[in-house]
Amino acid sequence: MLEIHDISKSFAGAPAVRDARFTVEAGELVCLLGPSGCGKSTLLRVISGLITADSGQIRIDGADMTATPANRRPTAMVFQSHALWSHMTVAQNVGFGLRVRGLPRSEIAAKTAAVLDLVGLGSFGKRLPAELSGGQAQRVALARCLVVEPKVLLMDEPFSALDAHLRKSLREELKSLQRRLGLTTIFVTHDQEEAMELADRIVVMQAGRVEQVGPPGSLYCSPQTLGVAQFIGAMNTCTTTVQGGMVRWYGHDLPVSLTDGEVALLCRPEDLAPHPQGAVARVARVIDLGPMTRINLITGAGDLLTWTCTREAAPALGTQVTLLPRRLHAFRGGALLALIDMPFAAIRKGALT
Amino acid sequence: MKRTPLGGILILFAMALAMVGPIATVILWAFAIRWRYPNLLPTEWGMKFWWAMLGRETVITPVLTSLALTSIATTAAALICWPAAYAFARLSFPGQQLLLFSFIAAQAVPKFALFVSIAVIFLQLGLVGSFWGVVLVQMLSAVLFMIWIPTAAFRGIPPALEEAAFDLGASRLRVFLMITLPQALPALAASYVLAFVSILFEVDSALLIGAPTVTTMPLLLMTLSSQVIVQEAAVLCVLIWVPCFALLLLTRRFMTAKGIAQGFGA
Repeated sequence: MLEIHDISKSFAGAPAVRDARFTVEAGELVCLLGPSGCGKSTLLRVISGLITADSGQIRIDGADMTATPANRRPTAMVFQSHALWSHMTVAQNVGFGLRVRGLPRSEIAAKTAAVLDLVGLGSFGKRLPAELSGGQAQRVALARCLVVEPKVLLMDEPFSALDAHLRKSLREELKSLQRRLGLTTIFVTHDQEEAMELADRIVVMQAGRVEQVGPPGSLYCSPQTLGVAQFIGAMNTCTTTVQGGMVRWYGHDLPVSLTDGEVALLCRPEDLAPHPQGAVARVARVIDLGPMTRINLITGAGDLLTWTCTREAAPALGTQVTLLPRRLHAFRGGALLALIDMPFAAIRKGALT
Repeated sequence: MKRTPLGGILILFAMALAMVGPIATVILWAFAIRWRYPNLLPTEWGMKFWWAMLGRETVITPVLTSLALTSIATTAAALICWPAAYAFARLSFPGQQLLLFSFIAAQAVPKFALFVSIAVIFLQLGLVGSFWGVVLVQMLSAVLFMIWIPTAAFRGIPPALEEAAFDLGASRLRVFLMITLPQALPALAASYVLAFVSILFEVDSALLIGAPTVTTMPLLLMTLSSQVIVQEAAVLCVLIWVPCFALLLLTRRFMTAKGIAQGFGA
């Protein structure tokens, strides 16, 4: 449906996007996720045609769109600032795309009304943008795009200016609309919860590069680069050295089947488990988050560790716990070296200590 | 309990009186036939001087000349300056700020001196004493209002508004006509009115470039003011004042503190 081939874009010599490459299938919602300044918005604008790439190719439905300006691309973009035109009514805003396509007045009115109904603002046609709440304005901005039936819908952090509650409900609304209409959508966000909730697949970007593409779960469970591992979800990062199949992990010796050398061992907070023979740490803080409890720990060497467990399993403040990782993500030179599932049973027998 | 700032109110009244007083006096004079000291108000009222003035060709011609001159000069300046202002707002090129400030620099030069040097050039071009010569010079008076206010107005339009329209299929021209222009319209109208009024009252250019063939309303006013019949000058004054006041009232919406600040790039 949409193919991005090795897109690069620099601004005044500073690279914003480097060799970005991924595809989007018809009806799929793909999130571009990354910290601010990672080039995700730039890439979206390149896809829309608002800016032209320095190199690379963009194809939509097989047709080369690389040199096509934004007004002749079958894409439509929802802006972060909603970008509604204050001198036009809601209906005029929504009907704009049809008006410039030269559709007859009656048809514009009918389509506009239908799309406004679709976003739940059927009775708002005569209002001015200034009379809308933030959520309503963003829905009008969405309607304005939907009415031209774009092949690809582009959304540039559309909900980031709204409060958390509204953001969540709009997200739900968007997702069900997108499913129902089978909209091929690219959604830019820096909020990983938003990306996890919305996306069929996530494209993680860092420093202008596409780091990893995959469904939300796979990014969380098997990050392929150190950058993705540290960006998606929380991780306890221990930088250490492998020597003769052993590593020192927070002051505790662990057997690993890795070649000798520097290694970053990352462990999810929920993958830590108490064990009689493990890394020793003192409980510095107990945070009851409701569904789970987060424990902040300090090891003997002064390293910080985060552990999440059930309320029942939570240790008391100031007590000492000994922990072992159930699963470690090992990275060397930023790339995944191995995913290690620790053989707990073996540890329990004391064979490995 | 809320204290009424009596002193403040008195000062405001005094200020209003100082500003409105002279205008009120002029208006009274325009409708007065006899008004002698120590009477506070005219003792004999009438429109006599109005009919006299409006019937005189030496009055009507300069008024029409002025209106024609000002309309042409302001419109021409708008057609040149507004696109330039858009360029200033949307493009970035080397020397941009310098160029923008050069308009202020030109405005800071005493007009009279500027016009004298222009007159020398115009003399060689045969433009002195011609209607179009005056139009050209008066366009200069409009540049400040016509560049700065519109530049700020165009800058104040978020690029996303234009991008959204372009993205939805509008051509560049259409984006400008349907989005940019309507968004900037209040500011553009204000700049037009301010330029119009300032050109209408501009004396020096007509004096130096237009004389003796082109007589404008302010020139006429100068001549009348130095004569004995106060009412004639007063009538002309009111005649000019009413449309200008109405026009300026229209720009009031834009003439907020924010609008003015934006006009100067804040």
